[in-house]
Amino acid sequence: MKKQGVGARLVRKEDDRYMRGRGQFVGDIRRAGMKDVAFLRSPVAHARITSINIPEDIQANVVTAADMASVKPITAVTSLPGFKPSNQSILAEGKVRHVGEMIALCIAPTRAEAEDLVARVEVDFEDLPPVHDMLQAREKDSPLIHEGWSDNIFLETLVDYDMADAEREAAVKVSREFSTARQCMSPIEGRGAIAEWDHRLEQLTLHTSTQMPHIVRSGLAECLGLDHGSIRVVAPDVGGGFGYKGILLPEEVCLAWAAMQFGHPVRWLEDRRENLTASANCREHHYVMTAYADKDGKLLGIDAEATVDSGAYSSYPFAACLEAAQVASILPGVYDFPHYRCHTFSAATNKPPILPYRGVARTGVCFAMELMIDAVARELQLEPTDVRLKNLVRPEQMPFDNITHKHFDSGDYPEALRQAIKAIDLKAVRKRQKKGETDGRLLGVGFAMYCEQAAHGTSVYAGWGIPMVPGHEQANARLTPDGGLELRIGAHSHGQGLETTLSQVGHEVLGIPHEKIKVVHGDTAYTPYSTGTWGSRCMVMSGGAVAEACDQLASRARGIAAKMLQCKPGEITLKDGRAHGPSGELSIEEVAHVWYRRPQDLPEDVDPAGLEVTSGYKPERDTGTFSYAAHAVTVAVDPETGEVEILDYVIVEDGGVLVNPMIVDGQIYGGAAQGIGTALYEEMIFDSEAQPLASTLSDYLLPGPTEVPSIRVFHMETPSPYTRFGVKGIGEGGAIAPPAAITNAINDALKNLGAELAVSPVTPRRIVEAIAAVRRSDAA
Amino acid sequence: MKPVAFDYARPRTIADALELLDARPGAKILAGGQTLGPMLNLRLVQPELLIDITRITDLITVTETDDGVAIGACVTHASIEDGAIGGIASGHLDQVAAGIAYRAVRTRGTIGGSLTHADPAADWFAALLAFGAELEIAGTTGTRRIALDDFVKGAMETDLGPDELVTAVHIRKCGREARHGYHKICRKTGEFAEAIGAVTVEEKTGRFRLVAAGGSHAPVVFTDPSSLFRTADPLDVRSFDVDMTAAALRDAGMNADDYDLRLRAVAMQRAVKEAAQR
Ligand SMILES: Cc1cc2nc3c(=O)[nH]c(=O)nc-3n(C[C@H](O)[C@H](O)[C@H](O)COP(=O)(O)OP(=O)(O)OC[C@H]3O[C@@H](n4cnc5c(N)ncnc54)[C@H](O)[C@@H]3O)c2cc1C
Repeated sequence: MKKQGVGARLVRKEDDRYMRGRGQFVGDIRRAGMKDVAFLRSPVAHARITSINIPEDIQANVVTAADMASVKPITAVTSLPGFKPSNQSILAEGKVRHVGEMIALCIAPTRAEAEDLVARVEVDFEDLPPVHDMLQAREKDSPLIHEGWSDNIFLETLVDYDMADAEREAAVKVSREFSTARQCMSPIEGRGAIAEWDHRLEQLTLHTSTQMPHIVRSGLAECLGLDHGSIRVVAPDVGGGFGYKGILLPEEVCLAWAAMQFGHPVRWLEDRRENLTASANCREHHYVMTAYADKDGKLLGIDAEATVDSGAYSSYPFAACLEAAQVASILPGVYDFPHYRCHTFSAATNKPPILPYRGVARTGVCFAMELMIDAVARELQLEPTDVRLKNLVRPEQMPFDNITHKHFDSGDYPEALRQAIKAIDLKAVRKRQKKGETDGRLLGVGFAMYCEQAAHGTSVYAGWGIPMVPGHEQANARLTPDGGLELRIGAHSHGQGLETTLSQVGHEVLGIPHEKIKVVHGDTAYTPYSTGTWGSRCMVMSGGAVAEACDQLASRARGIAAKMLQCKPGEITLKDGRAHGPSGELSIEEVAHVWYRRPQDLPEDVDPAGLEVTSGYKPERDTGTFSYAAHAVTVAVDPETGEVEILDYVIVEDGGVLVNPMIVDGQIYGGAAQGIGTALYEEMIFDSEAQPLASTLSDYLLPGPTEVPSIRVFHMETPSPYTRFGVKGIGEGGAIAPPAAITNAINDALKNLGAELAVSPVTPRRIVEAIAAVRRSDAA
Repeated sequence: MKPVAFDYARPRTIADALELLDARPGAKILAGGQTLGPMLNLRLVQPELLIDITRITDLITVTETDDGVAIGACVTHASIEDGAIGGIASGHLDQVAAGIAYRAVRTRGTIGGSLTHADPAADWFAALLAFGAELEIAGTTGTRRIALDDFVKGAMETDLGPDELVTAVHIRKCGREARHGYHKICRKTGEFAEAIGAVTVEEKTGRFRLVAAGGSHAPVVFTDPSSLFRTADPLDVRSFDVDMTAAALRDAGMNADDYDLRLRAVAMQRAVKEAAQR
């Protein structure tokens, strides 16, 4: 048998249906009597609703907040001291706080007709002053987003590890201001849901495009006042999530309510305009930072003030402050330095709530920290990679508790960087740079590193105290009468390839061929509870749980085989799908067949527990695995037009033991493509009225096939000491470093002109204007 | 993002199309739908009737004329890319076509639809202004011919009457020695242009047309090189002055900021360079 277990480059099982267009997404599902929903959304960012006029003839098909008095708003609180909770009404009640906020739900046989109804509903507003910018939100006299709040800050945090010492001792001090644009995560499939009431089961069924069906069920139960048992949430095929589908949507609550109220199935499919202007917001950070270092580039301390634009509401379940509060704990990145201060603000503005996006908080943090390292290097006229090598956590320090008490489990960070330097051929690039380009473009090389805490569990999330704290992850494993294996997990696979990798784990433990292993996921009726798919956790957590359940299943199978082979269970070994005893052997298939179909062949004293097991798993330490990577990129910058071409891109990454290296490569390519979007293209601009300025993909630029270069990926494999098989979470990493690496490369290209970029995305306009600004100041 | 309900008609002749256009005031012409489609979905237009003109034979043919070619309004970008206009100007326009959007859009989008929409960021608009192309227009009262320069009244504004149809684009064959250059600056492959420079130089006749387009500002056509070149020689690339050109664009009424003006001037410079190298 070809290798199928942990480490095999197995082609993804799920690709067969995806590549043939046979996936079953929410939009593919039909129900008898189903009607379509369109939402009337606020055209203004901040206003009181003075009246809603619904023409007589359509009143039966239009729902407003007044109809939904029994439904609770979405409130995602945290236990962090000082956190101010917000109430997000399902439909706006009295006031709107961002453009796109839902005011009314309209039902019609088709979406087009539902939009006709939307057009006929008139809303009168009394405008309130909008807050369009997070720094404006922090000002003393800023308008307040939420009545009863004393300011617009969801949460303020401060950590200080003897910063004053660094200020005294440092030879150099480098200060910068960095910011990253608000982005819209753009899965190919938007959100969407179908809600229906099942009279037989007295159960609401919601098919929804989500990463976390069990969490959506809890959220629905809380808002609607239903028992969990009265709700079933199914996530069918999901066309990309990236965090955007890791939240409870007000649309989902509204649809569930409407299905119960109207007595027929209702469907809502998000369109791209809703996605861009009303919902999918992420990433907007601002940093004021100072690095203190000795004259050789050894860091003595980092002092930062970080603000995150959290938008108008705290979303369920991750809450409004997770992003900024995480900044404080992860800003030090892969480096070891003695002093640190970080002051963070989660600012409320009149924009859609900020939601998690692949590499949550890490992408912004990496941008700030890695640009800072390069700024220090330029200040000291050192090679940026040398400054990194001086400050990286060293392999002999592992496992390492960093300054914010993050516990780095394993790895060799300097080696990753050295391999990246070699792969990109830094020497050759420097040589070519000296020579100059014949076409007048400027060559630059940039590096960036990060480490990514993943699969962190109870001990970490209990501290945040958000509505969802992951505990033991569970999986169910069942041998079928024909010797196949069914695995049930409560997380969901939507591009991660879990249907394949979990089969590989099942095969690794039980030896059953992967073709006979089926992974069932994404349905609260079939699967054990799980907080779902987020935080690069599934390979570690669901993988561990599957292994655990399969272990126990193996022991059950050994027990039955022992009866059949008339020996002791301890004398049976399971190998390659067969049970070997002292006097003979059996296939697992035979064991299953006898257990289910011929129980008469087994003695009375056989263990009655049978061939189905649900078991749970937590790593030995639940503070997370730390995968890490070094990205290196060379670019050519046209100083006349600001155009940037990526000439070479190298990633050296260590994700521990790789269950399926091909899938890991895919995750890295996809993540890096999104990172290139963050670096060079994606930006949701809001004007001073807090109006989003991009409503289609012709204004919101995403990288396409021609903008993403062939990326060369190299793997290191340092096992995590704490997880089953030594795996680490890697799902988000690709998206973390590109903005930093690319911007560093651009700054390297521009260094002789004295221009430096500190805002992402680095657009042609920003580059040309940065060069022009230097010229102007030189002239003055 | 779904359109309002509308009726649909697919006439077979120009006369039938004009008759419908005249009879139904809420009617709108549909060509490739690559601009109109999104506008319908966003409900920016809410027509009562769409008149699909892409099956009218006269509009999808390319005819050789005495002094050049007449391209039917519904000839697609893709068919021009594939050589439908017979390599006029050594295939220069085929390449312009290939730079529009993506192949899927080019398969449906038409030259007439693009020119009628008069988006200053559109490729045909700039390229054909440099050629000095003319449009043929049919209305209920007859047909007329108009230079593209006169047809375009500004960004997204044209001289087309509500009951008129663009039927063809006339391109004059240039002399052998004519040189063309085209440079499009856009954020990524398939995007509309941030800036376009398009140029035609005929040394023998002294004919010179240099177009600045792209973005949202109405294009500017220069026919006199002296405000752009220090030597006033349109093939002396080194004497093309980006700063002078940016100033000339501002003087010509282009109400853009420094970055946009300069970007256009750079695109023009690169178009001139391409023409000079031919
Ligand atoms: C993703 C995308 C990218 C694009 N990128 C580019 C690009 O890079 N460069 C570029 O130049 N263009 C680009 N376009 C636009 C594309 O070229 C369109 O095809 C073109 O602008 C309109 O042509 P159409 O045939 O589709 O016209 P339609 O969309 O059918 O019509 C456009 C308008 O013109 C009117 N109309 C059409 N034909 C006539 C006629 N013969 N007489 C009178 N009125 C008429 C219609 O009523 C309508 O108002 C892009 C489009 C898309 C969707």
